[in-house]
Amino acid sequence: MIAILDYGFGNVRSAQRAFARHGIDAQITSNREECIEADGLVIPGVGAFAACMDGLDRVEAAAIVDARLLANRPVLGICVGMQVLFTEGVEHDIPRIGLGQWPGRVAQLPAGILPHMGWSEIDSAPGSVLFQGVEAERFYFVHSYAAQKWELHPSESLAPALVSWSEYGGAFIAAVENGPLSATQFHPEKSGDAGATLIENWINQCL
Amino acid sequence: MSKKPAIRIIPCLDVTEGRVVKGVNFTNLVDAGDPVEMARVYNAEGADELTFLDITASSGARETMYEVVNRCAAEVFIPLTVGGGVRSVDDVDRLLRAGADKVSVNTAALARPELINEISERFGSQVLVLSVDARRANTPSGFEVTTHGGRHSSGIDALGWIEQGCSRGIGEVLLNSMDADGTRSGYDIEMITRARGVATVPLIASGGAGALEDFDLAIKAGADALLAASIFHFGTFRISAVKEYLRGRGHLIR
Repeated sequence: MIAILDYGFGNVRSAQRAFARHGIDAQITSNREECIEADGLVIPGVGAFAACMDGLDRVEAAAIVDARLLANRPVLGICVGMQVLFTEGVEHDIPRIGLGQWPGRVAQLPAGILPHMGWSEIDSAPGSVLFQGVEAERFYFVHSYAAQKWELHPSESLAPALVSWSEYGGAFIAAVENGPLSATQFHPEKSGDAGATLIENWINQCL
Repeated sequence: MSKKPAIRIIPCLDVTEGRVVKGVNFTNLVDAGDPVEMARVYNAEGADELTFLDITASSGARETMYEVVNRCAAEVFIPLTVGGGVRSVDDVDRLLRAGADKVSVNTAALARPELINEISERFGSQVLVLSVDARRANTPSGFEVTTHGGRHSSGIDALGWIEQGCSRGIGEVLLNSMDADGTRSGYDIEMITRARGVATVPLIASGGAGALEDFDLAIKAGADALLAASIFHFGTFRISAVKEYLRGRGHLIR
């Protein structure tokens, strides 16, 4: 079973439809057991970082994500659902603590025209599983904030994270694959056939 | 590799009672098909986004639109913007729930600009497109906002309105030239250039596309995305042909 975390933010129906395209009836839920036990958990997210974190705190998402990662169960964050995985987000100069799975700060992109809206290319990480078969495709982004530095340094015991980059005003992190924890700043569910392939690649890690 | 976003080509489907229509200067409506069927075709041809404009929204029939949006979102996996008759935060909520990714506001925001702040604060600016039906007139910038499909003058300066929209929290501007709309005589290049100068959000140009060169000129004037209706609906140009042409002109195209 694929679960989509329902915490009041993010287009859960879009995510659900994207899985239906692959014949998967994803469950929209905030039930703690379901979210922990699911084969894969999607964390969607749109809007403000702080508002999303408030919603995630209400469903105790931090504990859910921790439990899943300890059990090596896949989690996929999308858009703000990716941003909240970092230490903190800063919007309008006000910092908000995130879920803190990765060190780093999410801040406004250094561009005169925001949001970054549209189909951009990605330098996919060598060996990426998510981008297999769609390495050269464009994906659909809509965001004004992003993580712009990768600060998780490789340790001897863990495989290094695969970090894929894009650019708008400056370089930013477009996707991360870090063991069972993956995330995309873009919207695979709105990225046409390329997005469908990426979702299928993630499903194959779950089932 | 340049990682700038590709220029978006957006077919606009004017919808009334579940059917697509497009008229010259918004009169003489001609039926051009089922919106979801057309959305599927445009997606296959490489459309980067879709826009549905509910042109009878003011006179009711909203339920039909929600149903069309819902069906489209279940079949077509590119961003969908819906506009027409959006008057409140609740209208936005219903459209987003039905499957829209963005909504466009026009008349209701002119009547009560605070609506922009309310929508943006609730759902984020990325869902909100400010649709500006503008024409040349005797206002400070030389362009004014019209209402009722270009039939009425609002007396509001178009560039000032765009600036105000940006500061209130819109995520994008859809600039429709009412002088050029339906004429196929080309986008209003001066209007695009001037709007690009004041807008701090992406700019979609609309109204007047009739030849391939028109798209090229609008991009050079600063448009981030190009919206057109009749030339796609009636097959004057295929979306794939427009994109091939623009790629040949050196523009970034998906």
